Amino acid sequence: MMLADQLPRLLSGTPGTPRGVEEHDATFAVSARVPSLLEELDLSGLKGRGGAGFPTARKARLLRTHHGRHKVLVVNAMEGEPASHKDATLLSTNPHLVLDGAEILAAIIGARRVTVCVARNNTTVIAHVTRAIRERERHSRRGPTLGVETPPWRYVAGEESALMHWLNDHESLPQYRPQRPNVLEVAGHAALVENAETCANVGLIGRFGAAWFRGVGTEASPGSTLVSVTGAVERPTVVEIALGTPLRTVLALAGADPRPRALLLGGYGGSWIPGDDLEVTYDNESLARLGATVGAGVLAVLGHEGCGVVETERVVKWMANESARQCGPCAFGLPALGADLAQLSTGTREAKDALERLDERCGSIIGRGACHHPDGVVRLVRSALEVFADDITQHAHGEPCGPARSRRHFLSVPRLEHESELVWE
Amino acid sequence: MGVKRRVTGLRLRVDPVLCDGYGHCHELAPELVTMDEWGYPIITDDPAAFSDPAALKSARLAVRGCPRQALHLERRSGD
Repeated sequence: MMLADQLPRLLSGTPGTPRGVEEHDATFAVSARVPSLLEELDLSGLKGRGGAGFPTARKARLLRTHHGRHKVLVVNAMEGEPASHKDATLLSTNPHLVLDGAEILAAIIGARRVTVCVARNNTTVIAHVTRAIRERERHSRRGPTLGVETPPWRYVAGEESALMHWLNDHESLPQYRPQRPNVLEVAGHAALVENAETCANVGLIGRFGAAWFRGVGTEASPGSTLVSVTGAVERPTVVEIALGTPLRTVLALAGADPRPRALLLGGYGGSWIPGDDLEVTYDNESLARLGATVGAGVLAVLGHEGCGVVETERVVKWMANESARQCGPCAFGLPALGADLAQLSTGTREAKDALERLDERCGSIIGRGACHHPDGVVRLVRSALEVFADDITQHAHGEPCGPARSRRHFLSVPRLEHESELVWE
Repeated sequence: MGVKRRVTGLRLRVDPVLCDGYGHCHELAPELVTMDEWGYPIITDDPAAFSDPAALKSARLAVRGCPRQALHLERRSGD
């Protein structure tokens, strides 16, 4: 029996050696009679861990009332964020917990099929999931048919409409959806898309109940969550913390720089926050006051020997390259933002104009894409302009800081690929 | 039947995936559509812009005139 205030929950065990079915059932022995799964999910107050933080019960209810005999549950473990490793870590530690949750959600909405989506370059995780599924089949558990799909790894490929597009037509491009809320469909059947970590939490709720789940976390954000900490850390890690833990504690747990210059929260489409107030707690309610969200659970640390402008420029350039190039404002706007930031970071003669342009372009790009990819980049740039305001004034006056001159950088950004190399199908 | 639909609750929207920046909408409905620096339309979000019947007419022209058929008129939610 697992105690309600015991951590880690999701990551109990050894990452890299996934638990087998028997060991899994022994560790997470069912301890609470759950009369109605949907009600229990409602009581638990679980919110999605994929980035948007939407209440899971409400989403499940929407799909439950939707008619259809072949509904599908899609587990999203795409992890497009280069800094995020939480879903991979989770699936290579407790894959059965994720599948448990997926089966529970499938039962709630009445789905007969569960599809786990893992990016195809993540071969170890694919192997772990496949093995776990086979193991479950051998144990002849009743329930929905389980399967794995492997879309290409692109930043936007994990966006839910792009994921649906891939499952339908093998093209990882986001789609324009004017009506909201809209029900996603796989081959004409309604689909519920949930993040892998959300599913694992549902698995825990199904086994131990909502009261147990609320044993850690805050009233508004109950439960524990996985955080991928990168940047100025000894080594990038995934830690499990109770929501509402002070940032200082999170940094200490991950062995990060205790006095950072700034923190990037949410992911590469997230927001910078200044590193001076580390008593802020890690949950959406308290981070909202700083204009940030938990997002996809990325916490990138920037030390004092780093330059925020350079880091933002690198991230924005990469994000611009990851655009699916379907919508004009994203395809042309993001590279333009990257070019402006480059002017600013090197402190060229046009840096001042670039700064003015940045502000203008941010205003004209936001909200004009089919998905929220450009909005995320705008959020990142705007937060950088605010948090690194002093540095930026210096840069704009043609005096870039030391790290900007030496181009030392801390955030991990993958190599830029040529447009012709980008794989969408 | 016989119910008159209020026309003020409309707005013009563009499908950004379909739009290729031909710019016809800006020509046909300049009071509703401006251009960004790359030639893609920025549609006004001001509900008052549609109170003028002429604006509605030009919006319809823009919808019909779009070579990519990326524009559509939509009823505003909440009215």
